[in-house]
Amino acid sequence: MKQTDEFYEILKDPVSYGRKMKKQGRKIVGYFCSYTPEEIIYAAGAHPFRIFAGGENIHFADAHFQSYCCSLVRGALEGALAGNLDFLDGAVFPHTCDSIQRLSDIWRMNVKGPFHVDVVLPVKLDTESARAYMIDVLKKFRNDLASHLRVEITDDRLKNAIGTFNTIRGSLKRLYELKAENPGIISGSDLYAIVKASMMMDRDHILEILPAVIEELEKKKENATSSAGKRIVLAGGICNHPDIYRIIEDAGGVVVWDDFCTGSRYFEESIKDNADLIAAIAGRYIERPVCPAKHAGIFTRGENLLRIVKEKDARGVVFFFLKFCDPHAFDYPYMKEFLDREGIPSMMLEVEDQLPSEGQLRTRFETFVEML
Amino acid sequence: MPEIVLFFLAKIKKLALHFKKKKKMKEIMMIYYMEAKSARISGRKVAWITSGGPVEPLIAMDIIPVYPENHGAMIGASKMGTDLCEKSESMGYSSDLCSYARSDIACATVNGGPIGGLPRPDMLVCCNNICGTVLKWYEVQARYFNVPLFILDTPFCHTGYAEEVQRYVRRQLDEYVLFLEKACGRKMDMDHLKAVGKLSLEGQRLWQAVLATTTNSPAPMTAFDAFYHLALIVTLRGTPLVIDYYTQLLEKMKDRVARVIGAIPNEKYRLLWDNIPIWPRTRWLSERLASHNACLVADTYTSAWCGTMKYINENNFFDSMAEAYTRIYLNIGVDEMARIVLEMVDRYKVDGIVMHSNRSCKPYSLGQYDIQKIVEKQRGIPCLMIEADMVDERSFSESQVSTRIDAFMEIIKQRKGD
Repeated sequence: MKQTDEFYEILKDPVSYGRKMKKQGRKIVGYFCSYTPEEIIYAAGAHPFRIFAGGENIHFADAHFQSYCCSLVRGALEGALAGNLDFLDGAVFPHTCDSIQRLSDIWRMNVKGPFHVDVVLPVKLDTESARAYMIDVLKKFRNDLASHLRVEITDDRLKNAIGTFNTIRGSLKRLYELKAENPGIISGSDLYAIVKASMMMDRDHILEILPAVIEELEKKKENATSSAGKRIVLAGGICNHPDIYRIIEDAGGVVVWDDFCTGSRYFEESIKDNADLIAAIAGRYIERPVCPAKHAGIFTRGENLLRIVKEKDARGVVFFFLKFCDPHAFDYPYMKEFLDREGIPSMMLEVEDQLPSEGQLRTRFETFVEML
Repeated sequence: MPEIVLFFLAKIKKLALHFKKKKKMKEIMMIYYMEAKSARISGRKVAWITSGGPVEPLIAMDIIPVYPENHGAMIGASKMGTDLCEKSESMGYSSDLCSYARSDIACATVNGGPIGGLPRPDMLVCCNNICGTVLKWYEVQARYFNVPLFILDTPFCHTGYAEEVQRYVRRQLDEYVLFLEKACGRKMDMDHLKAVGKLSLEGQRLWQAVLATTTNSPAPMTAFDAFYHLALIVTLRGTPLVIDYYTQLLEKMKDRVARVIGAIPNEKYRLLWDNIPIWPRTRWLSERLASHNACLVADTYTSAWCGTMKYINENNFFDSMAEAYTRIYLNIGVDEMARIVLEMVDRYKVDGIVMHSNRSCKPYSLGQYDIQKIVEKQRGIPCLMIEADMVDERSFSESQVSTRIDAFMEIIKQRKGD
């Protein structure tokens, strides 16, 4: 698909994309994780740019992080210390896990940048006091950002931003649904590229081009033959490895949904209408499927995964974890047990920064797919 | 009540009376665990609580607080950690996870470890001021034991303490009291809580005074002793027992200072310890350092239980708990931690720092490299980084650590012209 070239280009070299935008006079605010209120950044007239590990060899970050820190945190700091993120006007750190929490400190102490904002959201999301606190924190972020960027974040601009992001999220979800209905019409890695690039790409542009992608898929759907691939759901945190979709497809599987923060958790739930716009944004975080570093009940994540598997008519689950990601590793045994009880097969793949050799992976996936 | 139960209770009471006079740590802890284990018989409730959590409301409600982290330390010190960690791995938990959590999760299913497992909880109280790991760990136990879980969410203070944080945590303190009242089926006596708060603060003052005795040279005790004496301020803070114990300990230390008795025979070098101890190796490490005439005179770990007294308002303990429990050592930015380390370097006049880079504890360990650089730059003293684990011995290489200690001590000796 020609349209996907653009997305792949950004994924291949996000740094050049960021620098190009900067040259066009845009303010760019880097951020971590799907709990960053991008709407507020966008409403401030700045471009929200999600920071991932750049994949370069770790050299500078080794002086700050031990080897038992995950590759996302080490890789992100590496990029910043190597000067690759020189186009950022500021960085936003929502509080999630212990490692991101320390990354924020170390970043603030070592990376030169115009501004640094911590958005210390509540960890538990299932009480009224937590909701009130979340609203307080988001309001403060709105003020902080406005003063750092010397702009006024009016309600009108925020309303417009919410509309933009709701539309983008809705489009991404539609793409996922189209894929789930007719897995053959778009490859897993193409879809991955679209969703991930949309966290870095100019939002007005993505808003414009996603409908065309959807339209093309709707057309393809008409003459689509049913896919023979065994339907699989991926679950975990961040996925930085588009290759795994292809390897799974080669092994006879097909990814029909995921529970990733670079996937469905990024676009699930839209912001509801509410006169208090900040309360509306907070509401989405409270309703949305959670990251395991947050608490919304002791069974929520397991139940959510089961719901996904059933709704998407999946045959199996592949847990895909970053090594040293504690929150996910703690949830794994009970989530696996949830699946076991329902007779849903699963496998777990833990990756440090590089995927295991393709041959080895293919064998593991083939064995797994045969079981389904 | 069956006779055997009455007999058992009388026996505990008698033992308690007997040991009340002597007040040895081992016996106090023995009684404490016996009481906790017989709570079902005596009709008292048991709450599992995190080491940084507010225990005072539990004491005020006559709920027995039990500390899985303290249990983890006991498991580590008795070298039973590796087996339990392996057991948890067979349950599907990654070997990269916190070894306190791993050994506790495994222990709950087999009632193993040095005291045959912890008493079953009636409720769980998790305060995330020390880490995000406790949240996940307590979720696991809430599923396993099927008991109510209260989470006290203390937002991380990267730079300073915000108004909205105070509001949020203060509101949760009310929720905490309601949670306990519901669990016990009776009201909290706020006056009693006030009295417990006073005792807690008094206990913290005494603990701080005990730790401060090592500003003397030679130090009357080492950080290894502090690791041992720590158990009470963690587990029974807010009870008179703690006051009695530390009053006696303080007298003993003051007497040693007056008579110039050092904890090690020939203290020449003074060191600061950072992070949770390597529990299975404390004795080995202590002997190893003493052989170089080096004494660990202070540490950032045990001082955490008296580190936020400045935020406590004696006359309004309940309200001030919000700030005191939120601004603890591990819940603040790396730069602020470095400032505290620098203060300790000055106060205890240390010649070097031994940092335990603890695979189990990310909030404590990630950031150590930066603190190390700050200390080396601002005070010019060397830091030794030991990569190990607080419980899991598989992460400890004796020969490697040994060589590194020798090299580190060589630098310190040269710097002091010895």
